[in-house]
Amino acid sequence: MGYALNFNLIWRHFDKLWGGLLLSLELAVISIAIGIVIGLVLAVWYVSAGRVVRTIIAAYVEFIRNVPLILLVYLVFYGLPTVVDIAYSAPTSFVATLSLYSGAYLVEVFRSGLEAVPRGQLDAGKAIGLTPWQRLLNVRLPTMLRITLPALSNTFISLFKDTSVASVISVPELTYGAQWINFNTFRIVEVYLVVTAMYLVTGYALLFALRLVERRFRAAR
Amino acid sequence: MSTGSNDTPALLDIRDVSKAFGTVQVLRSVSLRVAKGEVVTVIGPSGSGKTTLLRCVNFLESYDSGSIRIDGKEVGFRETGTRQRRSERDLAAMRAETGMVFQSFNLFPHLTAAGNIMLGLTKVRGKSSAEARTIAEHWLGRVGLAHKANSLPAELSGGQQQRVGIARAVAMGPKILLLDEITSALDPELVGEVLEVVRSLAEDGMTMVMVTHEMAFARDASSRIVFMADGGVSAAGPPGEILAADTDNERLRTFLARFRASHF
Repeated sequence: MGYALNFNLIWRHFDKLWGGLLLSLELAVISIAIGIVIGLVLAVWYVSAGRVVRTIIAAYVEFIRNVPLILLVYLVFYGLPTVVDIAYSAPTSFVATLSLYSGAYLVEVFRSGLEAVPRGQLDAGKAIGLTPWQRLLNVRLPTMLRITLPALSNTFISLFKDTSVASVISVPELTYGAQWINFNTFRIVEVYLVVTAMYLVTGYALLFALRLVERRFRAAR
Repeated sequence: MSTGSNDTPALLDIRDVSKAFGTVQVLRSVSLRVAKGEVVTVIGPSGSGKTTLLRCVNFLESYDSGSIRIDGKEVGFRETGTRQRRSERDLAAMRAETGMVFQSFNLFPHLTAAGNIMLGLTKVRGKSSAEARTIAEHWLGRVGLAHKANSLPAELSGGQQQRVGIARAVAMGPKILLLDEITSALDPELVGEVLEVVRSLAEDGMTMVMVTHEMAFARDASSRIVFMADGGVSAAGPPGEILAADTDNERLRTFLARFRASHF
């Protein structure tokens, strides 16, 4: 008894997968954008703050990093609205979760990047009379971003893959599209082969593009 | 001991400055007066406090006691006599009055040669970017790098980077220029081009305090040499007097003898 591959049904419903892929990318892009803001603000705050603030930020980071993403997704989507009076769609809820999630990882990335900026550069900034804010904006952050760019790319690629978790709260992204086709056509092997290829190709394309950006910036090290 | 004549008003007036890093006393009651237009060279064995003293002048380092004044104005502390540190904004404004050139160049790696010079001019001096560009190009020309205005630091040799570093400092129009072992990180064949720039600034009357191991240059270019040992000023005077082989200051004699032995 052989299993004959038949992709026809997959192609008939390909719009589900294509739309899903676009939504996955959208979720990842919005989440990393918000995550970068969270990460930057908290990292800058962390390196200049006292013990109390540092402890609170560290607690946030540790909480996120030690709880599985799928649980965080459940907590925010099902848990939060039962405790506080708040209503949001599944995609919004997922973006909020993934933003907090990536923010926690990026705090660590940016914090170590800020600490890796050579002291001499900060001295040079002081010596020409820049104020602390001017030093942060014009000296420390530009150098830090160059240092952290590779880690930022990697975070973005994993975030793109992590969007598949959104399927558990019925956000119609790529994995959800695959499940839908599977339930309706029973072509389980075909649909997951196609979806795997889609994740793979998109991930590689992103990586390739981001490495190009990094190379452009590395010239300025 | 005389560390400068008292009748000319001092542009830089360091009085009884002491500083400790933990249990290590790096500066012991150092006093030094530098008049406008003077070039003062600080020499001494490593660990004698030369660099720390220089970094106190623009308050990159704080100090425990004593005072440092530029043009009569206390550098790092408020004039209330309570040793209350100035606000960061005031400190930044004070630091803009001194220029500093570093041993490791410390150029901003993401900015071009011109961009490095323009940053302080636009952010601190409030110049438009066109004005700043003109000034940057003028100073790049002065240090022989007019053709490198758009190069990033990584594309420049050490000697070129350091000349940009000098241009960045002097373009701000500082009252005094601090040079911290600016040729120590350079390959020997690149030292000359940097010292040539310093010499031309001295000829223009720029007030300078420099820490260096280039004794020949110190002798030619300085109005005065200060010898530091163990965090204190051990000897100070005109180059001919300080660098004389037969000085009766024993530590200085030992330092010079060791220095000559290791450099020839």
